[in-house]
Amino acid sequence: MGVEFIYPEFEVVRNYDRCIACRVCERQCANEVHFYSEERGVMISDEAKCVDCQRCVSLCPTRALKIVKSDSTLRENANWQNDTIKEIYKQANSGGVLLSSMGNPKPLPVYWDKILINASQVTNPPIDPLREPMETQVFLGKKPSRIERGKDGKIKCELPPQIALSLPVMFSAMSYGSISYNAHASLARAATELGILYNTGEGGLHEDFYKYGKNTVVQVASGRFGVHEDYLNAGAAIEIKMGQGAKPGIGGHLPGAKIVGDVSRTRMIPERSDAISPAPHHDIYSIEDLRQLVFSLKEATQYKKPVIVKVAAVHNIAAIASGIARSGADVIAIDGFRGGTGAAPTRIRDNVGIPVELALAAVDKRLRDEGIRGNVSLVVGGSIRSAADVIKAVALGADACYVATAALLALGCHLCRTCQSGKCNWGIATQRPDLVKRLNPDIGSARLVNLMTAWRHEIMEIMGGMGINSIEALRGNRLMLRGVGLNEKELEILGISHAGE
Amino acid sequence: MKRVYVNEEWCLGCHLCEYNCAYANSGLKDMVVALKDKKIFPRIRVEGEDRITFAVSCRHCTDPICVKSCIAGAISKRDGVVRIDRNKCVGCLTCVLVCPYGALAPGEDGIMQKCELCLDNACGAPACVTGCPNRAIVYEERSETQ
Ligand code: SF4
Ligand code: SF4
Ligand code: SF4
Ligand code: SF4
Repeated sequence: MGVEFIYPEFEVVRNYDRCIACRVCERQCANEVHFYSEERGVMISDEAKCVDCQRCVSLCPTRALKIVKSDSTLRENANWQNDTIKEIYKQANSGGVLLSSMGNPKPLPVYWDKILINASQVTNPPIDPLREPMETQVFLGKKPSRIERGKDGKIKCELPPQIALSLPVMFSAMSYGSISYNAHASLARAATELGILYNTGEGGLHEDFYKYGKNTVVQVASGRFGVHEDYLNAGAAIEIKMGQGAKPGIGGHLPGAKIVGDVSRTRMIPERSDAISPAPHHDIYSIEDLRQLVFSLKEATQYKKPVIVKVAAVHNIAAIASGIARSGADVIAIDGFRGGTGAAPTRIRDNVGIPVELALAAVDKRLRDEGIRGNVSLVVGGSIRSAADVIKAVALGADACYVATAALLALGCHLCRTCQSGKCNWGIATQRPDLVKRLNPDIGSARLVNLMTAWRHEIMEIMGGMGINSIEALRGNRLMLRGVGLNEKELEILGISHAGE
Repeated sequence: MKRVYVNEEWCLGCHLCEYNCAYANSGLKDMVVALKDKKIFPRIRVEGEDRITFAVSCRHCTDPICVKSCIAGAISKRDGVVRIDRNKCVGCLTCVLVCPYGALAPGEDGIMQKCELCLDNACGAPACVTGCPNRAIVYEERSETQ
């Protein structure tokens, strides 16, 4: 109270004409906003605790609820906006680093929205995907740059290990611990049904999920949690996580409170101990060091698994990628500054890194210029929101996209961005058994399959419109893209012309 | 025949099934009119607390003990569904005593009522199942042995 008081961000509006006092909202809100007043015989709410997750709104049987942004306001000021001032108050109250989760919400440019896609008219025919075959399958891994023949003159056909994807999308890394068992089960089952891959994140692989190994990317991060020989061999590919778009240059910290039961066993660390991932890998200080880890992992898996190196999109990403492409890695994953997270320092999330569109265009160009594009496949992530974003990424040079936020939305996430509290009302970013069970993987995996099936249809529609019948023929085909409202420099980096040119 | 089965693993204890049941059997077109400021008498009940909850309604037993014990012959089984003729019920509560699932209970008027799978009301299929947010109850065909 007094100087420490900050007016609640949201208001809970209950239509008392409709509320039947069933108390469903009360039972469903883990933030304990709603309660029943015996004295007054009505439901009341303590809106200070509301995070606008929409759980109560979605389950209220009479549509009696809505959550609105409070209009109690500080005096308007374009420089010192309400949020900015409140953050100052919070820090003056607590003395702490501000924490946030999910992706960067600031109105920074979204280049996808300034890029338009071509279509065929008159001189080249569009293709109808409902009548003609349309290929969306992609293979990730090193591709030979020239044809080689054996002593007998026959072409050598052995390829380095590849990852086959039925469409150019994978579910990106989210650890067991940061998300729930049921969220992982939903992702694993959907990836298997779809013929794509999901990613364990840095928390190890729960023993129940080894059976989905063919559709799993197993991650090795700086904390090396849950990494052992069987784990490395369980997946279809291994990913070395150097960085994350939401918090480049920052490690991870899963509080001890979440390291319980199976999470502790899977991570191979004692219960209730904090899981701290250091900012660097303590054995990697150069591309040569990275090469050693890449080959250690390949050695441990008999050179059967492609190795992905995941980095955050930062200023000199093109040079970094060029180094990684020479390190023996098979795939480079670039995570843009709009990517999500279970928890990150707010200032880092909102101010560090660069847009993935620019990073992708720069990396693809650099690798082509250096003649090493075939050394690696490129995967991009960090807020890929739709099939159109996927198409644009592929045309800019990506082999595939990583999606996480969109996948979580399909599971019920309403982007309230309070994952760090561990009280996710949708059973996703939580380990509380009563909340985890709110996500039934039968429903979750079916919704993920629906989402990706819809995207696949849209990808085929858009490709057909361009007169392209194979996603491989679209990769790096920047002629299919035009910019709107972009300046010369932006167009130059993206390697595309302006609309009308 | 199709029955309502319980997947207690997924039950949230939200009690929505009870309200959907009461509404479905109210015969009214608006849930607010049907349920606001009223005590509800659902034919499905959420049992258990905290960690484990599950919704219980009539199992439509293969050999229903309620049918055998009703002194007024009000309960009968037709097309696999155990039904009650509320005009015949004399309110002796014998069925309440014998049903191992607690599936019969007095309605607002004191006469016994039970789940009849919403087959005779406007829903046509169990409203509790349709409204369950987490598939904790399902309406499906299973072999008798299961
Ligand atoms: S926190 Fe979520 S469930 Fe609770 S009142 Fe707010 S919107 Fe409703
Ligand atoms: S869920 Fe809706 S109808 Fe039920 S008590 Fe809450 S506001 Fe009222
Ligand atoms: S509606 Fe479903 S989840 Fe809710 S109490 Fe009933 S059976 Fe359980
Ligand atoms: S009322 Fe009870 S005894 Fe009768 S059929 Fe239903 S569950 Fe069986």
